[in-house]
Amino acid sequence: MKNNKRVFFLVPYLLWIVLFVILPLLLIGWYSITDTNGHFTLENYQRFFGSGTFLRMSLNSLWYAFLITLFTLVISYPAAYLLTKMKHQQFWLLLIILPTWINLLLKAYAFIGILGTHGMVNQFLQLFGLGPVNMLFTNFAFILVAVYIEIPFMILPIYNAIADINPAVIQASEDLGASKWQTFRYVLWPLSWPGVESGIQAIFIPSLSLFMLTRLIGGNRVITLGTAIEEYFMTTMNWNMGATIGVILIVMMIVVMLITGQRKKGRTRK
Amino acid sequence: MKKLLWGISAILLVCLGLWGLSNKLLQSSAASGNHKLIIYNWGDYIDPDLISKFEKQTGYRVTYQTFDSNEAMYTKIKQGGTAYDLAVPSEYMVTKLRKAGLLEKLDLSKIPNRKYLGKNFIHQSFDPQNEYSLPYFWGTLGIIYNDKFVKAGSITSWNDLWNKKYRHNILLVDSARDIMGLSLASLGYSMNTTNTIELHLAKTKLDNLGSNVKAIIADELKMYMIQNEAAIGVTWSGEASEMLAANKHLHYVVPKPYSNLWFDNFVVPKTAKNPQAAYAFINFMLDPKNAAQNAEYVGYATPVEAALKYLPKSVRDDKQFYPDRKLVKRLEVFKDLSKSKVQEYNDLFLEFKMYVH
Repeated sequence: MKNNKRVFFLVPYLLWIVLFVILPLLLIGWYSITDTNGHFTLENYQRFFGSGTFLRMSLNSLWYAFLITLFTLVISYPAAYLLTKMKHQQFWLLLIILPTWINLLLKAYAFIGILGTHGMVNQFLQLFGLGPVNMLFTNFAFILVAVYIEIPFMILPIYNAIADINPAVIQASEDLGASKWQTFRYVLWPLSWPGVESGIQAIFIPSLSLFMLTRLIGGNRVITLGTAIEEYFMTTMNWNMGATIGVILIVMMIVVMLITGQRKKGRTRK
Repeated sequence: MKKLLWGISAILLVCLGLWGLSNKLLQSSAASGNHKLIIYNWGDYIDPDLISKFEKQTGYRVTYQTFDSNEAMYTKIKQGGTAYDLAVPSEYMVTKLRKAGLLEKLDLSKIPNRKYLGKNFIHQSFDPQNEYSLPYFWGTLGIIYNDKFVKAGSITSWNDLWNKKYRHNILLVDSARDIMGLSLASLGYSMNTTNTIELHLAKTKLDNLGSNVKAIIADELKMYMIQNEAAIGVTWSGEASEMLAANKHLHYVVPKPYSNLWFDNFVVPKTAKNPQAAYAFINFMLDPKNAAQNAEYVGYATPVEAALKYLPKSVRDDKQFYPDRKLVKRLEVFKDLSKSKVQEYNDLFLEFKMYVH
């Protein structure tokens, strides 16, 4: 009886997993190895790897995702560290989380207003006699907005990881004569790595397939795999090719997970 | 395990019950449906006063539903959930709907007012005998420019877009057929070409436009042009008329040598429960006075030639939206191409977007 109850509680979760995770994945896989008439073919993959356009697009996606993650990390790590040293930490955390309550689309539109030719930034520059700078629809604007949106998702896990570190460990390191850099390199960084890792995964993976920002802020001058998927599904309705790109994106994500996960394993073995 | 089975059967039972209920509801609405007309049209694409006038004249009760893309409309009609009596797709979608067997043949004898339609706007390639569709509004693809940045009258042809002066200053609408089409037209090729070499030449020419392109976007284009963000935009005349109304510095041209002519059309889907009402409505909307009133409200160009005399002179003589007949004759209507050709257009366009720098 007791066992039966447990199974019963599992049902909603299992249904969810099967309907919304496993089934769609199988469907994507199936679509990617068939043609528009439903016959088996590997042509889609052949097309992907045989075309410079798609390979360049993949490199583009990886490169932008890497830059976005890097900048977010560089900004978030010191911020998270300082946060653990502050009074009223809950208040500051709240301020960092606050922007995530606002709809993404709304934030993107706000940036359009800020970065535009007659936007706030250019009005400010004009006070110093600097002419209007073209900022909207540039790579710079795209990365800036993406980093802005992702920062809370990096700060939170790192903050949690650092807050969990016993301060005595840091003090011990200092007492034993380690320089500030050594303390950071050999004590703080490895101990906070789990937070950094989940931050990287939470940002790198979605950044691979950003497509709304590439259009609204990048003006379709930044093309990622996400743009291609949207086009194949919505415009040309070639779901098979779209699914193929989806499979490749999934593989890329798994590789990223493996790379970031590896370090942790290696360390625990030591 | 037993409970699991119970749970599943309970869910199934509820589904069954709901299905039965919805069926019953549909039936009852069909029974009272003889006085009901369900119209499926683009958002903000009709003068609401005309609907109430139609209801008063004929006693039909109109339900007006809207869509925002041809594809969305196609899916809804195909699903058949709502019994739309009248829809307004663009020309290539008329072909697609017809090929999918989703359209009812029009009983033209019920629509005598079709005689008011201009000759240039009927018997088009997508429906040569107007068996399935009659035009509602028409328009062109063209260039909108801001005379703050571009000398008025200096843009007359597609090739002017390639001028080095406009570096980083052109907004394009994100549509493969239209942008590939403008490049094809600038080379003198048909905008419906299926010739792979011509398509590649057009794409190579587009690549050279890359440095002039500021962005390739959709609806936002309207906002940017109104806010003087860019000097030049490539868009459709209907969108342009809204922009012109909001910013006096904007001008619209139909570029040389030729451009695209598009139509939105009345059709009666197979789902229709009340085609008589649909005919009455089409006939009502083609009445010259009503057509004029609608055209003035919506701002698009009406194909009802007899309606022109009821329009204010400033509208009627506006060459931007009512180009002279000679030009209209040269405009090309998009044909519904095969799936693989549409893919080719889109792939080349995607490649162009990759290398815009």
